[in-house]
Amino acid sequence: MLKLLLSRLATAIPSIIGVIVVTFMLTRMLPGDPAAYFAGLAASPQAIAEVRTKLGLDKTLPEQFVAYIGELVHGNLGNSLSTGQPVVSEIATRLPASAELTLFALILAVGIAIPLGVLAAVKQGTWIDHLCRMITTAGVSLPVFFTGLLFAYVFYYLLQWAPAPTGRLDVFLSPPTDITGFYLIDSLLTGNLETFWGALRQLALPGISMAIFSLAPLARMTRGSMLAVLGSDFIRTARASGLAPRTVIFSYAFRNAVLPVITTLGMVFSFLLGANVLVETVFAWPGIGLYAVNALITSDYAPVQGFVLTMAVLYVALNLLIDFLYGLVDPRVRLG
Amino acid sequence: MLPLLRHARYVLSENPVTGLAFGLFAMFLLAAILGPVLAPYSPLQSNAAMTLKPPSAEHWFGTDQLGRDIFSRVLVATRLDLTIAFASVILAFMLGALSGVAAGYFGGWTDRVVGRLADTIMAFPLFVLAMGIVAALGNEVINIVIATAIINFPLYARVARAEANVRREAGFIEAARLSGNGEARVLLGHVLPNIMPIMMVQMSLTMGYAILNAAGLSFIGLGVRPPDAEWGIMVAEGANFIQSGEWWIALFPGAALMLAVFCFNLLGDGLRDIIDPRMRT
Amino acid sequence: MTAVPALAVEDLSVEFRTRSGTVKVLERVAFEVDKGETVALVGESGSGKSVTAFAVMGILDAAGKVTSGRAMFGGCDLLALSEHDLAEQRGRELSMIFQNPRTALNPIRRVGQQIADVLVRHGGATRPDAPRAAVEMLKKVRIPDPERRAEAYPFELSGGMCQRIMIAIALACRPALLIADEPTTGLDVTTQAVIMDLIGELAHESGMATIFITHDLALAAEYCDRIVVMHAGHIVEMAPGLELFAHPRHPYSAKLLAATPGETASLAEMASIPGGLPDLRRPDLPPCRYSARCERRTDECVTKPLPHRAVGERHVVACWNPL
Repeated sequence: MLKLLLSRLATAIPSIIGVIVVTFMLTRMLPGDPAAYFAGLAASPQAIAEVRTKLGLDKTLPEQFVAYIGELVHGNLGNSLSTGQPVVSEIATRLPASAELTLFALILAVGIAIPLGVLAAVKQGTWIDHLCRMITTAGVSLPVFFTGLLFAYVFYYLLQWAPAPTGRLDVFLSPPTDITGFYLIDSLLTGNLETFWGALRQLALPGISMAIFSLAPLARMTRGSMLAVLGSDFIRTARASGLAPRTVIFSYAFRNAVLPVITTLGMVFSFLLGANVLVETVFAWPGIGLYAVNALITSDYAPVQGFVLTMAVLYVALNLLIDFLYGLVDPRVRLG
Repeated sequence: MLPLLRHARYVLSENPVTGLAFGLFAMFLLAAILGPVLAPYSPLQSNAAMTLKPPSAEHWFGTDQLGRDIFSRVLVATRLDLTIAFASVILAFMLGALSGVAAGYFGGWTDRVVGRLADTIMAFPLFVLAMGIVAALGNEVINIVIATAIINFPLYARVARAEANVRREAGFIEAARLSGNGEARVLLGHVLPNIMPIMMVQMSLTMGYAILNAAGLSFIGLGVRPPDAEWGIMVAEGANFIQSGEWWIALFPGAALMLAVFCFNLLGDGLRDIIDPRMRT
Repeated sequence: MTAVPALAVEDLSVEFRTRSGTVKVLERVAFEVDKGETVALVGESGSGKSVTAFAVMGILDAAGKVTSGRAMFGGCDLLALSEHDLAEQRGRELSMIFQNPRTALNPIRRVGQQIADVLVRHGGATRPDAPRAAVEMLKKVRIPDPERRAEAYPFELSGGMCQRIMIAIALACRPALLIADEPTTGLDVTTQAVIMDLIGELAHESGMATIFITHDLALAAEYCDRIVVMHAGHIVEMAPGLELFAHPRHPYSAKLLAATPGETASLAEMASIPGGLPDLRRPDLPPCRYSARCERRTDECVTKPLPHRAVGERHVVACWNPL
């Protein structure tokens, strides 16, 4: 187990290095004068020159890279032009909101997609199978920002079932005590049921929009994988041994079928982290995606880079987790 | 050629949905080429008297906050959206297929470098990387194309590499080498054309994704600027009016987006069934 | 010999729906297996041997359908049982082992656990007791170091060992009938002999009946009491092993024997059987499906229905013009 964890960590290191190099390139090797970007649109030539020396942009590229690494190690991602605050603390404050939204969407998506895929494979040709195929074909075509808007229109404006998309909580409720930063968990931990429901109601629409987006590839992969496994030799042996259908489907077929699905999770996370930005924009969700989009609009450069770096590091960590999970389920990886 | 067409007709008869996709594709192509000619109004012409009007006989898709005809804007936007998507797919293909084929054929250092490059790109959530690239290169449409191409590069490189690897020892490649062709010639003249069908499937499958990507980027304000007509930016403009009930401004461009992506996904599936049914999931 | 046979297949016909038409894979197949007897089902690839077994076990592919016949086992007709009842019988009263043992086992489940699963399912052991009982089965199939091996995964074991595991799974609940579908294909010759000996000994110990499916006539002769020869979905001859080798009466059986290595003095004498299997989708197949490639063909062969002539002690041949 430990060996598995260490070997996976080892593969993550080149990825982190690559991420750092690319983000450095994105910040320094821009067309035009990087100093002008960081100084802001309205800066005078004098201010630009000051920024240049302050940020060390007059040094050679290798020296800048070393300085960049140094800053990262110290947790310095620069300051936001509009607020003057350090980017790293602004991202830290907003990260829980994005994380809660993404996690909620993922759990919802997995909770629907996997049973749907399994059922569609086991009951091939029935209405469940056709429903699954419709969802997977349509789901990959839906632009997530459009689905979000549609939901907001139908469920908030028309039906008034959902609350106004104004953020994580209704204005009349106050956030729970900060333990994990996740409103759902924190409110439950402090026994604050009113806040829990309030937070859940706000999460519903953006979460469902994101979940629908990631549902399609997961359901498709589950169905396909399950179908392939159900036709394999060892399932025939299991049936010939008279094992109960439930045992055959779950202990034998599903455990094998879930392996490619775990691998697909990596791709799904890539989509989810991107969809995060769009959904936060539509629903004014106060996470790092909205933070980056606002910074883009005002040409505030440092927050955008900090955002890209944070998301990338998060993604590498998530892939590590997925690899590890795969190794837990498949002994051939652990022992082979 | 003829057996391919016959097989195509067989697949189409088995799968009418693919036929539908081809039909839709033709419609979009027509809209892209003839859009500005067919549009009843100019997409840029504002009309202060007719702002925020719901769909009607004169304005099939209604008007927006500046009184512009939404139907005309959606129609004309087809050209911009499809061009951006096509351009990025072709760029991704050129970069990806060439480097992938070289990596698969030569192996060694080429393989490692291309692999490392693709892995590094894939280490990012792709949309986020696209945001970063456009922010770095500048807020222009051309950079949307470049960013989308870069994030699609690893996929093409990987497929091309796998195909080239398989064909490296193939008989016809040996023959080409033995008849005195230099390696570059073999690569460009023999390997590349041979993998074109599979590449075409990849291209149509990623067209849908490229359209979504470009629309997403313009939705958050990158690339296309008002008053240009593009589906993503139109949905963004319409988003402001959803809460006050003017649904048509965002709905029609969004529906066009969905239909276009749906069409290309179906097309890709159909092409794959025609060319190599074994690739089916 | 009036004892009730372990398995009596009567009038079994199976069809497969395919894109290019309906294939009549089996037609009116009938044979019996007595308690404690080993019967070999031999024939070329495509003769329908495995389909017969799959039909009896009820694990035919979804495209396959039993169109007629009965399979009397333990007093009831297996083909008429519901899937639920059949699943009760499978693994407990009748079992099957397959070729390619490595792929026939669950790759991500420990082999001891796979044996335990069958034991628990059919009540051969309680859940807490099952691991120990599984190790006992491993000992029975002569796997060295059984306690450690029980924790292994199939990919860590050799092909021969995996086949022993399959035998352990199949025999865990002491079935009355074992069907072995080419269990030694893919194994080296020494392992083949060891596996066949093992199956023979275990069968003899418990009085279990065995059906042994193979294309290797020599193997069949060495290990089986009786041989049933199949061709294109028909049974063409049934006889005790020695009798078949000494006096084959069906032209096809004779050709099969002549094509068997070991029966001939040199490679040059080994004759291949002319022609190939008929297209089983055709609606106009002659009653005898071998007649197209048979030198002894007469008019009766293509007009009258296939006969079943007794030509000796438990020796039946389906031919109008036997040797």
